[in-house]
Amino acid sequence: MADELKDKIREYVVDEYVEEGEEIEVKDDTPLISGGLVDSFSMVSLKLFLETEYKIKIPDEKATAETFDTVNAIAALVREYADA
Amino acid sequence: MSNIGSYDERRNDFDWGQAREELAYDDAPTKNIAYFLAERNCERGLGDKVALIWENAAGDATVRFTFEQLRLYGNAYARFLRDLGIEPGERVCIFMDKIPDLYFSFVGILKAGAIAQPLFSAFREDSLFTRLENAETTAILTMKKLAGRVRRIRDKLPALKHVVVVDAGDAEAREGETHFDVYAGEPVEEFDIYPADEETPSVLHYTSGTTGAPKGALHVHGSLIAQYITAKWVLDIRDDDVYWCTADPGWVTGTSYGIIGPWALGATQLVLELGFMPERWYAAIEKYRVTVWYSAPTAIRLLMKEGADIVKRHDLSSLRHLVSVGEPLNPEAVIWSEEVYGLPFHDSFWQTETGCIVISNYPGMKIKPGSMGKPFPAMEAAVLDAKTFEPVKAGTVGLIALRPGWPAMFRQYWRNPEVYKSKFVNGWYICGDRATVDDDGYYWFVGRDDDVINTGGHLVGPFEIESALLEHPAVAESAAVGKPDPVNLEVVKAFIALKPGYEADDKTRLDIINFVRRKLSPIAMPQEIEFMASMPKTRSGKIMRRLLKARETGEEIGDTSTLEDD
Repeated sequence: MADELKDKIREYVVDEYVEEGEEIEVKDDTPLISGGLVDSFSMVSLKLFLETEYKIKIPDEKATAETFDTVNAIAALVREYADA
Repeated sequence: MSNIGSYDERRNDFDWGQAREELAYDDAPTKNIAYFLAERNCERGLGDKVALIWENAAGDATVRFTFEQLRLYGNAYARFLRDLGIEPGERVCIFMDKIPDLYFSFVGILKAGAIAQPLFSAFREDSLFTRLENAETTAILTMKKLAGRVRRIRDKLPALKHVVVVDAGDAEAREGETHFDVYAGEPVEEFDIYPADEETPSVLHYTSGTTGAPKGALHVHGSLIAQYITAKWVLDIRDDDVYWCTADPGWVTGTSYGIIGPWALGATQLVLELGFMPERWYAAIEKYRVTVWYSAPTAIRLLMKEGADIVKRHDLSSLRHLVSVGEPLNPEAVIWSEEVYGLPFHDSFWQTETGCIVISNYPGMKIKPGSMGKPFPAMEAAVLDAKTFEPVKAGTVGLIALRPGWPAMFRQYWRNPEVYKSKFVNGWYICGDRATVDDDGYYWFVGRDDDVINTGGHLVGPFEIESALLEHPAVAESAAVGKPDPVNLEVVKAFIALKPGYEADDKTRLDIINFVRRKLSPIAMPQEIEFMASMPKTRSGKIMRRLLKARETGEEIGDTSTLEDD
């Protein structure tokens, strides 16, 4: 289940942020925002994706560059609010 | 004692001739900006001084470059461009992240006599296309990771003769493209710098307006005089400083004060490839002993949200002077920075068009938190009545205006003389912002006088966003406005009427948001979408964007018939 969640997040990030022909491997701990792949303005769309996909509500103050920085961190956030 | 000493005294005794004298400008072999950034510093004995401290995005590599290296790598880029056949006056776009090549190529383009056209690396195909097409750009210098965006629009850009990838190493270039490695090959010791005069075009920066496509504000080599003295007096940069400007050179702050001003002073500057990350930013100040920090209100407000504890974990004692730009700095941020850093942020005001800081808070001058400060010495500013264009009384809201004639003022909107002309009334340049001035001569920002959206210090034109929205298959009608936001000043909000058959749900919302991001850029992407059954329109059928904006700001709109001409 956990892997499915991470795979889904990874798939979204790769589809939306990795350019065609770009050789970037997005691993569970690849820094997305601090690594420059995902910009901070895009957190809104990433948050909306998670909320739509997993029928959860993530408070705005939880959507930070740190909590969205890796697939691992995002998955942890989703789990936290899915369980809430 | 600060560089400016007494603001009031400088207000009385300064004229631009003094800045020329300090730069030995009239005796210089050329007025080319690149000469003043590289050769002149080496001639002054600063060749071995560090010009650039660069840290990569991952934060695990730091490279230092001296002014002599800046000269040599600038030469290498200039030689490469000249060999490529780039003629003086041609537009050469720099489309890169904040890597050292961005800075070296900027110097090289100017040395070759071409016009540097830096574009923000977050721009996607449509934003890129609009600006390259309008400028008839002949060459673009870019990175492997960004080249795909250029390839996808290249067929529609007949003027674009050269696509140059600067970080491809030894890999073979694709057909029709060129690779360039500034670090390879023999150093280019000598280059015949293009003999620019003060009015020779230097930099072309695009800025957004309410209507139509973004406009290219063209600057000239003589801008250096104003960028030099404002960097010295407002940013208070001194010989032993480590100066950090957090702006990206895709925007004017990143060139005027992230390249030209500080290097004209021979200062060491820090560049982080990384965007905003609180922990990494504080760690960088501590590690590189940053003394002067020039940042933006959005970043400062985000740092406020992070709180004071994170600050306590770092030694920020090196900091000496803090300045802010991009949007009005709220009084709470000024007070907070004084409490937490022991230093207030000094707000400064200027625009792409002005080329340099025009109204500011100065070191040593009393700060009124929330105020933009006072006009730079030798500059005349006023608040004008919106109808008569005559100066208003203290405390009355009007248009910020500046008397033209300072060296860094833009010289034209690229291929757009009509709009350029419209910016001047009664001998004043009209900034497009509203403000008041108080009895002590301090300016207080009120808001934009048009529908341009200022989000996180970036200006975004509603027309560009609405055009992109209308290309989405689900969108029948759209309007984009700036919604007030506690961190970003404004965020883009889109009102959308959907075509029949599309659901007004989060899935559609996400699809539209990502669609705009992929077409334009993350900053132009709506942060919020409100679906409407139909849009409010004038009798002639035009969407009343200002009515929608008033709803967001809580502003009284009154009789909507007055919006007929919007």
